[in-house]
Amino acid sequence: MTSTTDVPPGAHNAVTFYDTDPHEHPPGQSTMLGFWLYLMSDCLIFAMLFAAWGVFGGSYAGGPRPSELFELPLVAVNTAMLLFSSITYGFAMLAADEKKQGATLGWLAITGVFGLCFLGIELYEFSNLIAEGAGPWRSAFLSSFFTLVGTHGLHVTFGIIWLVTLMVQVSRKGLIDANMRRLQCLSLFWHFLDVIWIGVFTFVYLLGVLR
Amino acid sequence: MSAPTNQHQAVEMERDAHDRGSSDHVDGGAAHGSRSSYVTGFVLSVILTAIPFGLVMSGVIGDKSVVAGICMALAIVQIVVHMIYFLHMNRKSEAGWTLMSLIFTVIIVVIALTGSLWVMFHMNQNMMPPMNPASAAEMSDQM
Repeated sequence: MTSTTDVPPGAHNAVTFYDTDPHEHPPGQSTMLGFWLYLMSDCLIFAMLFAAWGVFGGSYAGGPRPSELFELPLVAVNTAMLLFSSITYGFAMLAADEKKQGATLGWLAITGVFGLCFLGIELYEFSNLIAEGAGPWRSAFLSSFFTLVGTHGLHVTFGIIWLVTLMVQVSRKGLIDANMRRLQCLSLFWHFLDVIWIGVFTFVYLLGVLR
Repeated sequence: MSAPTNQHQAVEMERDAHDRGSSDHVDGGAAHGSRSSYVTGFVLSVILTAIPFGLVMSGVIGDKSVVAGICMALAIVQIVVHMIYFLHMNRKSEAGWTLMSLIFTVIIVVIALTGSLWVMFHMNQNMMPPMNPASAAEMSDQM
């Protein structure tokens, strides 16, 4: 208690507010939270594109309507591709947790193939629309459609590039801590894209056809 | 005597919490799913995807607004299913900060979406000159 008399009144209180002792910050400790925050900001981008779709989705400019353009069986197949890729990525993460490098790489490859199928079907759909004269320049409805679905497709493209990069990393350096962290980030990204796709197939395709 | 000690204890407790947090983070910090939770999420997602596609494609229910309502409700349920079973959301991951940021984002998204749709709907209603059906078709051609 005598020590308190040596310092000016209140000064010792000020010091104790700070944690002055050095403490450990292991590498990557805050990566997952930071990546989650990135995903949340990405979520806002998609929210704006959905808002634009909500506003322009009915402005056909005398052009084709969603019920004339959208082929729901194709969209259903596409949705299935993304859903399959989600669960195969989950299996890749489980294999990685069990430190099975070969199984992890196998599941990642299958995930990539499903992702490529998704992209291929989407590009096929886009090229069909453009060939029918229903490109993004035709009407506000088609502009907002191509922007929203195209942005999602771009995300999937970059997800696949990231996936291939990680497969190379894992095969070269194994399932080290840094690679586990990267796999978990991509896991969040990949499942997040599936969540966005739920919004796309519901609000764009299904409600568009109903409109 | 008591005041500094209490503060010191508080700091100690905080540091303990911090240490515990970082020891949880050794493998990256995200919660992990089990095989059964992934399969459960997948099966639920398949069901929740098949129902709206089936309803719209078969046209079983004639009332379009009812079908639209069911589709939107199932989409929200499926998003929650994905959050829990695939993204492993829970109140504990990253000491609750993922959930806090998610809630914040959802609030912003809801404000932005409802606000945009509401404002633009009323703009359309109020700015559109009164017109007959023939000129309405002409207008929409020009849009």
